[in-house]
Amino acid sequence: MADVKPRIKLDKKEVAQGGVIEVKTLVSHTMESGQRKDKDGKTIPRKILNTFTCDLNGKTLFSANLESAVSANPYFQFKIRPEESGTLTFTWTDDDGSKIQATEQIKVA
Amino acid sequence: MMVHPYPLALTAIALVALAVAPHAQDMPSAAPSAKEASERPAWQAHGLKPQSPDSPFEEVVSGLYFRSKETQDMQADDFNNPGFLAVEQGEELWSKVDGAAGKSCASCHDAASTSMKGVAAAYPKWNGKLAKPVNLEQRIDICRTGALKAEPWAFGSPELTAMTAYIRNQSRGMPVAVKVDGPMTPWFERGKALYYQRNGQLDLACASCHEKNHGKYLRADFLSQGQSNGFPVYRLRDQRLVPLHERMEGCMQDVRATPFKPLSDEFLALETYVAWRGLGLPVETPAVRN
Amino acid sequence: MTSPFNRRQALALGTGAVAAAALGLRAGPALAAKAATDEAIKAFTRGREPVRGKVKLELPEIAENGNTVPMTVSVDAPMTKDSFVEEVMIVAEGNPNPGVISFHFTPSSVAEANTRIRLAETQNVIAVARMNDGSVFSDVKQVKVTIGGCGG
Repeated sequence: MADVKPRIKLDKKEVAQGGVIEVKTLVSHTMESGQRKDKDGKTIPRKILNTFTCDLNGKTLFSANLESAVSANPYFQFKIRPEESGTLTFTWTDDDGSKIQATEQIKVA
Repeated sequence: MMVHPYPLALTAIALVALAVAPHAQDMPSAAPSAKEASERPAWQAHGLKPQSPDSPFEEVVSGLYFRSKETQDMQADDFNNPGFLAVEQGEELWSKVDGAAGKSCASCHDAASTSMKGVAAAYPKWNGKLAKPVNLEQRIDICRTGALKAEPWAFGSPELTAMTAYIRNQSRGMPVAVKVDGPMTPWFERGKALYYQRNGQLDLACASCHEKNHGKYLRADFLSQGQSNGFPVYRLRDQRLVPLHERMEGCMQDVRATPFKPLSDEFLALETYVAWRGLGLPVETPAVRN
Repeated sequence: MTSPFNRRQALALGTGAVAAAALGLRAGPALAAKAATDEAIKAFTRGREPVRGKVKLELPEIAENGNTVPMTVSVDAPMTKDSFVEEVMIVAEGNPNPGVISFHFTPSSVAEANTRIRLAETQNVIAVARMNDGSVFSDVKQVKVTIGGCGG
């Protein structure tokens, strides 16, 4: 899964204290629901991204627990109010335990 | 083929309803409720005057305008549009060395943003060496097996669809400009014949839905003109990028016909003819559709 | 308007048909899925009855396709250390599994999120928000998922 490059977009990378940054993320994943059957009628096992987190310097600002009803190629749009400058880390965790990760630097004046 | 995650297997019933009066030229559309009608964006006046006097349309309209506001919004923002995941994959593959010649696409064509601008808008295109038209997927594999000395990508593979989308995206906003004269004429004529030929148990032609009944409901589906300017398209249903010949295959399955094979001469002729029906429409790849 | 959970209690009391008709809801999904939805909500609210309001669910009335339905949820909350939304749970009572997604918010976030979800059929989607003081709020939206001629 190391080759999966998530798309991340911040509406700005510098904000004043108390300011809001809008975050959009999009990542490639089939989100296999566990409800589908292959052509031989065998159920295709569930394999989804089950967790998403957005951390700032190791502290979680926003996270989500995904179920199989989230569409393939999960898209999130949310807003954070960072209190300090640093590294935003975005992490998606797969049912198989593998992780997709991306980072962005932000500044809080 | 995979079974749908949440099977909506009543498709056939919908089409049976259409087939009840298969020979009526103007099939009645299921009347949508006032609410549905008000939510459906007006597709008229978003199109072009046909370039050819032979065009069957008064106005040539992209499938985009037959879709809901939410779907149009998803396409309008390149970040929100999940089709761009494949375009980005294509961009990476463009400069990735593959095959015995030790080359990538970029080895011969440099930056696609320059070399491929406008190229895909003119496909399918006559290929003198093969003495037949080729579409973009076939052209990519000609390069792979030729210059790159690499294995061809299979039709429907994520790589071939991603590369097709990436190259077509370089023509985004440019008008569809397929040539149908000269040696293309018999292919155009064959495509036209296929377009009006009724198929399958439901006895429907492409034209039954997309020429005679676009802008009407087929059960809950709002029929478009069946234009190809946005392909490969990100389908909300499949949640992935779908190439044109796969979509045509799906249409033929829906009317319970035995579909032609992707990249067959029949679909190539149809692709040529359908592109002509949308002459002048802007390339939208990767479009978002239902 | 009452919360959807009151409606279910009403069903239990035998006035269900009238209540459901009044709310314009259909009795489609399997009872098992409904029971699972109720269970999930109860666990999330820690037994509290959610109050209708504060949380707002935005979904199209008619989905273009049930496999990709854009959804926004937002909560009217100050988002300070003293008063914020902890979590918003989204459940779809007509899906094979009712759980859709849970968003965890903090005072360093805004109580609003957007994603795309799969809905198996026409049904109610329910959002339940739990505040840091344990109070719970809900919203419900019905989404029509149509069986297409071809797109379905």
